[in-house]
Amino acid sequence: MSVIVLALETSCDETSAAVIADGSKILSNIISSQVDVHCKFGGVVPEVASRKHLELLNLVVDEALAEAGMGFKDLDAVAVTYGPGLVGALLVGVSAAKAYAYGLDVPLIGVNHLEGHIYANFLEHPGLSFPFLCLVVSGGHTDLVLADKHGSYRVIGKTRDDAAGEAFDKVARTMGLGYPGGPLIDRLALSGDPSAIKLPKAYLEKGSLDFSFSGLKSAVINHLHRAAQRGKEVDKADLAAGFQKAVVDVLIDKTLEAARETGVSTILLAGGVAANARLRADLAKRAGDESLRVMIPPLVLCTDNAAMIACTAYYKYLRGAFAPLTLNAVPDLKLGEDRYEGNFRGTLSRCKV
Amino acid sequence: MSLIRTSSAEETAGVGEKLGGLLQVGDVVCLNGELGAGKTRFAQGVARGLGIDAPVTSPTFTLINEYYGRLPFYHIDVFRLDDPLEMKDLGCDEYFYGTGVTLVEWAERMDEILPEERLDIAINRIDEGVDSREIIPAPHGERYRRLLKELMDVVCAGN
Repeated sequence: MSVIVLALETSCDETSAAVIADGSKILSNIISSQVDVHCKFGGVVPEVASRKHLELLNLVVDEALAEAGMGFKDLDAVAVTYGPGLVGALLVGVSAAKAYAYGLDVPLIGVNHLEGHIYANFLEHPGLSFPFLCLVVSGGHTDLVLADKHGSYRVIGKTRDDAAGEAFDKVARTMGLGYPGGPLIDRLALSGDPSAIKLPKAYLEKGSLDFSFSGLKSAVINHLHRAAQRGKEVDKADLAAGFQKAVVDVLIDKTLEAARETGVSTILLAGGVAANARLRADLAKRAGDESLRVMIPPLVLCTDNAAMIACTAYYKYLRGAFAPLTLNAVPDLKLGEDRYEGNFRGTLSRCKV
Repeated sequence: MSLIRTSSAEETAGVGEKLGGLLQVGDVVCLNGELGAGKTRFAQGVARGLGIDAPVTSPTFTLINEYYGRLPFYHIDVFRLDDPLEMKDLGCDEYFYGTGVTLVEWAERMDEILPEERLDIAINRIDEGVDSREIIPAPHGERYRRLLKELMDVVCAGN
């Protein structure tokens, strides 16, 4: 008998709902920006707003169930991202999930958004074994996480200023490339010489696994300023290639250093920056040289989506890690902690495990 | 007009830290300056002055980061937003008129919905060195005129 989980994700820009069976079979994974909700909604949908989540959530849930060929009565659990993120946005998902779980009398499962990114890998590789290292790189996060079992994580490195994805976007904007910056720099860098322009790589103090990309961003801006003052043309392809290499080299150097220090032989990549071609290729090659295994989820599972939340929830379901119906949004939720209010005391008549 | 010159990112954060030490519940600080000017660096200092140990990272993508020190600290970045209505929908009034301190990066983009009483701070690059900056605070309202006077006293005493 399958375990069917419905998950909701509304922590930032995306409104998403997914239905998955047994932790790895994606029956549906609806992400609002990827469906024509403007048409269905019949009005202007603001890009970023709690109200947007409120307006879209029911549509997205209906579509997720329809595509999965499921009804509410088929669900074994309802999961939701409850942090970190925007409190107003998170509350939309949390309130809806609580209502569904209460109405259906099935367990409610609260999921950490960053944990979800890591678990995107379990959708592709359900047999993935611990321990592993995961580099979570996105617009909002750059974290190096050591996981030794389900639900047990240690953040051993993180950015002290800008996230890697943010550095890509801001540098692209400064160079006049447009948005989103990641893919544009990735493409432009292909025709550039990464060693033509000297840019700083921030390794911070010896032994540190933390990251810093703010100085690199400033170095690119300074380079452009100086060139403009002297009336010189900047070779944008060289600058893009040099910048990208400076980011990717530090990300990989620190990840491999962490693998050597911890003796872990499996490395996972997660988050939107995992789409960067140079990062994927260089990490695969350099990790391969050290006989380390690398796993990278497909792009649709790297950016924010509810399937990764449903997957995380499946493993929490198996170990009975349910949230109380008093679950609240926790904007500053840390990886590896569960901040539920009180303990769940409801009866779990439909719990199969 | 008050003006503070700094010659390193650490010094810029130091001014933020002194301001952080003076902030009270309900205070709103608005930062303006181009990319790479040091707004987040300044905000990191403010957080330190509020007794926050957690690493303070840029909220450009996450939009609002919340921290809890001597007072709650709401670190907002509106760089990604185009319409003030979006910021209204994020519940910004609950932060502005709430129980903590709110700091907004790129605030001038959302001028029309900011509280009338606030402390504006412009951070500009100057030619003296790559990390040299001039910090220009502009108070709006009596509370912020007093706050700025306290800040200038502390900054001058420090020098």
